[in-house]
Amino acid sequence: MIIAERKPVDEIKGFIEGKKKVLVVGCRGCVTVCNAGGTKEVGILASLLRLDAQKDGRDLTVDEHTLERQCDPEYIDELVELVEKKYDAILSMACSVGPQFLARRYPKEKIYPSLNTCFIGGALAHGIWAEHCQACGNCIIHNFGGMCPISRCSKSLLNGPCGGSAGGVCEISKEVECIWHLIATKVMEENRLDEFAPIQPIKDWSSSRDGGPRKIVREELVK
Amino acid sequence: MSEEFEPRIIAFCCQYCAYSAADMAGSMRLQYPCNVEIVLIPCTGRFDVILALKAFESGADGVYVAGCLEGNCHFLDGNIRAKKRVAYLRKELESIGVEPDRLAMYNLSASQGPRFAEIVKEFSDIVTGLGPSPMRKKLAA
Amino acid sequence: MTRELKTNSRLEKVLVSGAFAVTGELGPPRHCSAHEVAEKAKHLVGNVDSVNITDNQTAVVRMSSLAAGLLAQKEGLEANMQMVCRDRNRIAMESDLLGAHALGINNILALSGDHQKFGDHPQSKNVFDLDSINLIQVIKMMRDEGRLLSGQELPPEGRPKLFIGGAYNPFADPEDYRVHRVAKKVAAGADFLQSQCIYDMDRFRRFMAKAVDMGLTEKTYFLAGVTPLKSLGMARYMKNNVPGITVPDSLIDRLKGVPKEKQAEEGIKIACEQIQEFKEMKGVAGVHLMLIEWEHMVPTIVKEAKLVPRPQV
Repeated sequence: MIIAERKPVDEIKGFIEGKKKVLVVGCRGCVTVCNAGGTKEVGILASLLRLDAQKDGRDLTVDEHTLERQCDPEYIDELVELVEKKYDAILSMACSVGPQFLARRYPKEKIYPSLNTCFIGGALAHGIWAEHCQACGNCIIHNFGGMCPISRCSKSLLNGPCGGSAGGVCEISKEVECIWHLIATKVMEENRLDEFAPIQPIKDWSSSRDGGPRKIVREELVK
Repeated sequence: MSEEFEPRIIAFCCQYCAYSAADMAGSMRLQYPCNVEIVLIPCTGRFDVILALKAFESGADGVYVAGCLEGNCHFLDGNIRAKKRVAYLRKELESIGVEPDRLAMYNLSASQGPRFAEIVKEFSDIVTGLGPSPMRKKLAA
Repeated sequence: MTRELKTNSRLEKVLVSGAFAVTGELGPPRHCSAHEVAEKAKHLVGNVDSVNITDNQTAVVRMSSLAAGLLAQKEGLEANMQMVCRDRNRIAMESDLLGAHALGINNILALSGDHQKFGDHPQSKNVFDLDSINLIQVIKMMRDEGRLLSGQELPPEGRPKLFIGGAYNPFADPEDYRVHRVAKKVAAGADFLQSQCIYDMDRFRRFMAKAVDMGLTEKTYFLAGVTPLKSLGMARYMKNNVPGITVPDSLIDRLKGVPKEKQAEEGIKIACEQIQEFKEMKGVAGVHLMLIEWEHMVPTIVKEAKLVPRPQV
């Protein structure tokens, strides 16, 4: 899923400075699962903003609403009636797709991103998420014992590990595991060194972001 | 004004310890400040930051969570989870310029009636020292 | 091993002649004074066969390795231009390789490069379009097959005759895999390989024995990296803070047993002992002296280790 993190309250406060009526919009997709922008997080942010305003004696109304998803137009449409209530700012608590879809659908509204979209990843444990994919558009993890060196090696090496791998951790930080250490260890344990000996071919990055913004059209699904 | 100020405190108490301790404090006729309103929860693991936020929004001057001694949670680690949530919300309160000491976590056992009374007094003193919650200025006006 | 010369590299000629090669290292300045390059070069002229010109090492911005390499060649050295994959994509790399050879560079050392997190621009975007092994393949393709990665053909007179180098680090982990990674560099087409600073001789011996056993040293020249320890403090720093460098306790104890003012001298002595062993070690074709900001000691060390005079090739 897409892993996101709420922006610091101060930054969000900056978005709504001088505004009196604010709508916080959550998303029940990825950001609910990673505890960044679901109903609960919408409640917390809205409450913090209200308390902050009360503390300063400012007049501020903060409404809350969570959509099924913010990356599909039909759910974005559901906000029509609420938007008619004329908010001074709409804070989207979805990944960056959400505020963009909101801004396109409601061009007159002032839409702000309240989350920082961080990466495509999974939960290692409750409360711990790690990056696992970089959306290069051409998955080859089966060549690496089921691990992705493009997203999980600091240098995206296809023929690692580099000389900075020490004790299973990456040279950039002891907090970062060396994925190539894991790949190499697995290959050796499984006695597959021969199979693994060929050089990984030079990567074609054109299916990645490097080829420009990407779009998929599935004719059989398009109305 | 500060002399007359009586803080409004909400205490989220676990039924297995703090809540029973409160009972005991009552039956022991122990004196403690009467400005605390107790909310019974099945375990402090049920405590959620939104509950404390709602309490503050409704005009509480202080909120505390009282659970079992660490290692003695009926549900194993509910009190540890609560401790982390309290620590998290204290930071969030700080980020909007509110004294984090308005929110606290205490641990005690069911047999500690006197300790319960002590905690109420201790926390009440802290919050009295901090004065009325800045977050309820508007409500008071 | 006897081979036909592939390039005009002096380093290649020395290695092919069977002589024990010596390479040095020169870090370009963090400004554009050509004078500083010339000053550092002075200590190396006549003492090494070729000198590595680092490419923004530790991701700190310095004069480009191509420019500094050309300045060093003006002083009478032969440059071994380092090229990292961190800062350029394949377009820029191929272009720089063509340009470098046109300007007289004969040796290239292909590296992945230190992550920019260490450097002075940790906010920068990195590239890593290719990795070091892919880069070796590309250089070889340009030289031997006469084409770019795109398939674009290079006319016979327009093929960069570059002697291709790579790095190897027997001290990084997992230890048992290191030789297999080196095998990929050999297979990719590396003509020579230079190692990370060696302190742990036991581990290096184990590594070389495997490399010899796998026949890698028959295909590629392996140079052993030497960086004399200046002090006990430096030894401890290397041991604890540099990922991929191991310093055995025996070496730390040896420096500990020497008064502070004599430690540098002891460090040189240790390095000379190592070099002596490398000269006799099967599979080692030379040494790579990395005297980081200590270039003026190169004349001393090559003299004490009996590496001079360098062969005339």
